[in-house]
Amino acid sequence: MVFEVPKEKFPGRIREVALGATKDEGGTRRAKLVAGGSNGLPFHGFESEAPHKPIIVMDVVDTVRAVPEALANSMGPVVGNPVEWAKRCESEWGADAVVLKLQSANPEEENRSVEQLTALVKDVLSACSLPMMVYGCGFEEKDAKLMESVSNATKGERLFIGLAEEKAFKSLAAASMANGHGIVAFSNLDINLAKQMNILLMDFGVKPENIIMDPLMAALGMGLEYSYSVVERLRQGALTGDTVLQMPIICDCSCAWNVPEALEEDLSKGRAELRGIYWEAMTAYAAVVAGADMVIMRHPSSVAKLREALADLGGGA
Amino acid sequence: MPTAMDIYKLLPKKNCGECKFPTCLAFAMQLANQKVALEACPYVSSEAKAALEESGAPPIRLVTVGSGERMAKLGDETQLFRHDKTFYHPTVLGLIADDSEGLGAMKAKVEAAKAMSFERVGQMVRVDSVALRHSTGSPGDFVDAAKHAAAQDLPVVLMTDDPALMAEAARVFEGKRPLLYRATPQNMDAMVAAAKGCACPLVIGGTGSLDELSQLADKAKKAGVQDLVLEPNFKSAGQMFAEMTAIRRAAIKKKFRPLGYPTVSVLGKSPSGQMRAALGVMKYSSMVLMEDMPREFLYPLLALRQNIFTDPQVPIQVKPGVYSVGEATDKSPLLFTTNFSLTYFTVRADIEKSRVPVWLLVVDTEGQSVMTAFAAGKLTPESVAKAIETEKLKEKRSRDDIIIPGMVSRMSGKLNELTNMKVVVGPRESTGLSKLLKNLGG
Repeated sequence: MVFEVPKEKFPGRIREVALGATKDEGGTRRAKLVAGGSNGLPFHGFESEAPHKPIIVMDVVDTVRAVPEALANSMGPVVGNPVEWAKRCESEWGADAVVLKLQSANPEEENRSVEQLTALVKDVLSACSLPMMVYGCGFEEKDAKLMESVSNATKGERLFIGLAEEKAFKSLAAASMANGHGIVAFSNLDINLAKQMNILLMDFGVKPENIIMDPLMAALGMGLEYSYSVVERLRQGALTGDTVLQMPIICDCSCAWNVPEALEEDLSKGRAELRGIYWEAMTAYAAVVAGADMVIMRHPSSVAKLREALADLGGGA
Repeated sequence: MPTAMDIYKLLPKKNCGECKFPTCLAFAMQLANQKVALEACPYVSSEAKAALEESGAPPIRLVTVGSGERMAKLGDETQLFRHDKTFYHPTVLGLIADDSEGLGAMKAKVEAAKAMSFERVGQMVRVDSVALRHSTGSPGDFVDAAKHAAAQDLPVVLMTDDPALMAEAARVFEGKRPLLYRATPQNMDAMVAAAKGCACPLVIGGTGSLDELSQLADKAKKAGVQDLVLEPNFKSAGQMFAEMTAIRRAAIKKKFRPLGYPTVSVLGKSPSGQMRAALGVMKYSSMVLMEDMPREFLYPLLALRQNIFTDPQVPIQVKPGVYSVGEATDKSPLLFTTNFSLTYFTVRADIEKSRVPVWLLVVDTEGQSVMTAFAAGKLTPESVAKAIETEKLKEKRSRDDIIIPGMVSRMSGKLNELTNMKVVVGPRESTGLSKLLKNLGG
């Protein structure tokens, strides 16, 4: 009996979604990135094609409040200076793209103004030439105004703005459509809701090639298995032909840093800083193995670990 | 598993009733449901018996290593994706002690492996085994290390390509079933004989292709060694993923018996080796052996293993009851949530962020989240009031307010009526707790 490797073919394919626009395309980005495009399971190069590698997006948070102290110490003084932080992501840390998280818009915390934050987005855009994403603070009213302003000030850059949620997507969708940007559709560990979000956005007029799905990444040790299975099922649903699920998937793995176990001082579990780095790297690795087309990460050393693992996965087979 | 019809075809079809069932078909149906044993039929042919045993065997054989309480179980998986049912046997982790380091260092590594254990979310997670490897050291050290390891209670892997040395080392285990690593195309016959001699499980590896691997496995089986573990050959994580997937698919989807065994991956100590270990846990390595497992790497790896091998059909639950987050006193705020672990840990983390000490009451909802439990009637004002009473929270506290999840604001009136407590409706998402708690104080 001669053994033949059992292979599987799928009728579906993940949609290609472009992030960022170069000068020729009306923006100022160094290059554009393409997410998605595969017609098979992740890293199944022996039976399918994956024209684009998973994209590593590094996050830049605009307030030290949202960064655990131990992590901020480990990353250095850029935390607290989003412009420098974004620059460093490009020049030293090897990010493919940057997501600027405007947490300081939070009306119950810093409550920084729309004008201030729009200016910050423009400053980051001129300091860093990577494709960019911009997330609001999660307060619907504030984000609506903020994203409208950001969208108008960055026409043609093809940013991805987020997060669009089931009950708060219209203003964000309108902001993304007005100036040729894309949108991130958020759902809460629920495949039907992920699908529903895409349908809502498309019914509203957003083109599918402008949508990326965020099905909520739960960190290692905090329910990672739910996210892992949701992402695997989303990918399989897309490949078996559900066109409404064929958007690329993004997983925000910076949540790893909010896990108490990742950073607690307990030498029986090794040095906290390095443990945190593994925590984030393994969270992100699980995300890409399950089928994420993009991951958001924070620590440069975790990014380096994932980068190396991705190169290793790309080699052979 | 074969169906009743598959089984019926192999039965004598005499309808004699001696099996206590009226017809052979009725008997076949009972067999398919595993309610009776085939031995109840006095007329079944030995060919039919063999065929039924073969088709009834699990697609991936269960292979055990070691003995007693810490016996390691490899294989017996039935799925490619955990969401289709579950993964049963968590990847067995082993620390390699090489004889080039000398006997003292090998013994120290055995002790180190034993000490690599942690309690995590109420479970013990640990390195499960130790692997002794003969490389450039003295064979005497290898055998002495085997003697030392055999006296411990954790499963052992013996690593040498020399069948005579293997037989000598295996002898000291006396029925404690070390895993023999490994039979290769070069030493096949002698190593299989060694495994047969001590009735130990055997790794098959060192082949150039999966085809060759399957042929060797088949040969070993025909020679009488059935407890096999496969080691596919790879040079990259990509190739490891491909080979592991091919083996798992062949075994489960094609019922290809020569590859229906658990797998082992021996990984280096480089950073890429570490990430390959994580890949092995997710994608089909039944066992991962490594020379070095620094604790800052090992602990997250064990968490990953725990996550991946969690049964998706059973929500992980935390024990219902009242938890003090921080140093809660009689003046601290009281919150409740459900015993679905994901909900609990999320709420707890958000409370911790506020640095305000809090009493967190975990209400038994059979592991459902707030909304699901509320909709299913498993989180009601009555069940919350009962939990408050059981935990004697009124006696524990000098204040009489309770913060309820924003999602269940509708229960506030009834809960107030039942408990006479002041009900504060909290945020819909626990991320908003920090703000609320800071305002409320303790």
